[in-house]
Amino acid sequence: MPQPYGLIAEFTTPAATLHAAEKIRDAGFRRWDVFTPYPVHGMDKAMGLKNSPVGWFAFLGGVAGYATGMLMIWFMNRFDYPIPVGGKPMFSPFSAFPPSYELTILFGAFGALFGMLFLNRLPRLHHPLLKHASFARATHDRFFIVIETDDPKYREADTRRLLESLASERIELVEE
Amino acid sequence: MVEVANMAKGVTIVAPPKELERVPLVANQRSLGWVSDAVAGIAEGRAPRWWWIAFSVAFVVMLTGFALIGYLMTTGVGIWGVGHPVMWGWAIVNFVWWIGIGHAGTLISAILFLLRQRWRTAVNRAAEAMTIFAVMCAGIFPLIHIGRIWLGWWLFPIPNANSIWPQFHSPLMWDVFAVSTYFTVSLLFWYMGLIPDLAVLRDRARTRIRQFLYGLFALGWTGSNRHWSNYEKAYLILAGLSTPLVLSVHSIVSLDFSVSQLPGWHTTIFPPYFVVGAIFSGFGMVLTLLIPIRKICHLEDIITERHIDLMCKITLAMGSIVGYAYATEVFIAWYSGNPYERFAFWNRAFGPYWWAYWIMIACNVIAPQTFWFKKVRRNLVLVWILSIVVNIGMWFERFVIVVTSLNREFLPANWGFYRPTWVDIGTYAGTFGLFFTFFLLFLRYLPVVAIAEVKGVTPQADPHHPLGGAREEGPHT
Repeated sequence: MPQPYGLIAEFTTPAATLHAAEKIRDAGFRRWDVFTPYPVHGMDKAMGLKNSPVGWFAFLGGVAGYATGMLMIWFMNRFDYPIPVGGKPMFSPFSAFPPSYELTILFGAFGALFGMLFLNRLPRLHHPLLKHASFARATHDRFFIVIETDDPKYREADTRRLLESLASERIELVEE
Repeated sequence: MVEVANMAKGVTIVAPPKELERVPLVANQRSLGWVSDAVAGIAEGRAPRWWWIAFSVAFVVMLTGFALIGYLMTTGVGIWGVGHPVMWGWAIVNFVWWIGIGHAGTLISAILFLLRQRWRTAVNRAAEAMTIFAVMCAGIFPLIHIGRIWLGWWLFPIPNANSIWPQFHSPLMWDVFAVSTYFTVSLLFWYMGLIPDLAVLRDRARTRIRQFLYGLFALGWTGSNRHWSNYEKAYLILAGLSTPLVLSVHSIVSLDFSVSQLPGWHTTIFPPYFVVGAIFSGFGMVLTLLIPIRKICHLEDIITERHIDLMCKITLAMGSIVGYAYATEVFIAWYSGNPYERFAFWNRAFGPYWWAYWIMIACNVIAPQTFWFKKVRRNLVLVWILSIVVNIGMWFERFVIVVTSLNREFLPANWGFYRPTWVDIGTYAGTFGLFFTFFLLFLRYLPVVAIAEVKGVTPQADPHHPLGGAREEGPHT
């Protein structure tokens, strides 16, 4: 018998969703989420989310890229096989700067993208919600709030009543 | 603003005065679902007949281009018009032209994002696709012009049998890093923007194969707000990284020229001048592509006349800066008192390639000045023709820079006249085939407009707007 995954509540407007998210945040739920076809302005605050740490991944990527560029050029043109060109220094941070700058951006961009995917635990090619029939409209024009059964505050009847009080259009049980 | 549905609940929303109303970015008050249907619909169903015709032509032209590259590899660069003293011919002209075109895509996707120009959402996806395909076309030329193409990998810092590393004092080496980074980061940025829209296509897919492929590339995107939170931050960071990147790429391309000692190339104005010219030509290409696309794909409500108008204004601004840069170059050539520098510019305007110089001035400086007039900006046929004029002008700019500087240098013994051969012309045409093959595939299989982003700029997407369900007292408690 399939296990229940959570309760899914459907909304038609972003304002109603935002309002509901604030109530669920204040009720102290932890394992719950809002699903929207586009990022709704103010939803992070309504859900009580902290600032995303993606920036650290990009920053570390950028530092790694710059260091890689400088060290690579120093190693290649100064240490391993010095190439004298027009009496210029074998290694100069100035002529090594443009490629290092590009590598800063390259590694920083990889950091941002893969950091985002890592924090979101993506790619994830199976998800209970993606099997749920009406959930396909989450990428179309509907807004959903899902409270998972794993949440310590989850009590099926009480949680359903809470969602009903938040002007949801439809509340269903999603199975694992 | 009209008084909306909340009337029924007995709450009246007071509309702002008429003159303070913003022109909506999506015309005709389209719903969120309509945006999905209009954009995803282009990539669904059977391919229309015009698509097959266009694709066949582009594909054949692309194959011809590849055949000519094969001819070049088996025979040598002697089949091109290059030779003493003009060693950099069409290949480098085309390289700089194509890579410049890419710059508008990044300007739209990154710089306009940082500047909070919300109208960019309607055009950024197609413009970014243009960037990627243009950089692909650009990348071919430096690779094939080296002569022994099979040694192209020596450009990369990979250990080889000679145990000599690349020489990083040279701007040509910087360029390898700039262009390959530009391609990679543009692709990452584009793909990241695509993830939510691939999920839209996945959720609409009817066949197994479409469900599988769109599902695979959508990476399991659900639209979770916890995901959006990280996603938006990553998007902001990528925009922040792409901005200095795009400014550096054409700067570094310009250093290929300006670090040399040649009059006409050896000048400090080159980096900003190249970047502005690149954005200028790129906007020309964006307009060339989007004006027909909005018509054929029925996207008039998303890519409105106002979008075209705004892009014309940017083209006008960039064209004016380009004209200012030309004037500065000529002034500095005179003011420097250097006879070789003076001669190089005299030779440009009145030498054997005078016609190329004046085509450049007419197309890049004079033609876009017509965009001062709203009548011109709102006449889409005229805008389309002018956008092609800009593309032609910017190609001639690179021709003028490359060829007229080389054809008459310091000693008259080193003077010569350069002519392209049919192989030069055919290879350039072949890159158009490559560009349009990829662009048509993009048009057919991927969302042409950033669906999620366009939804986000409609009034009903704003939880604080009456159409988004906000009541007079606001949604917050």
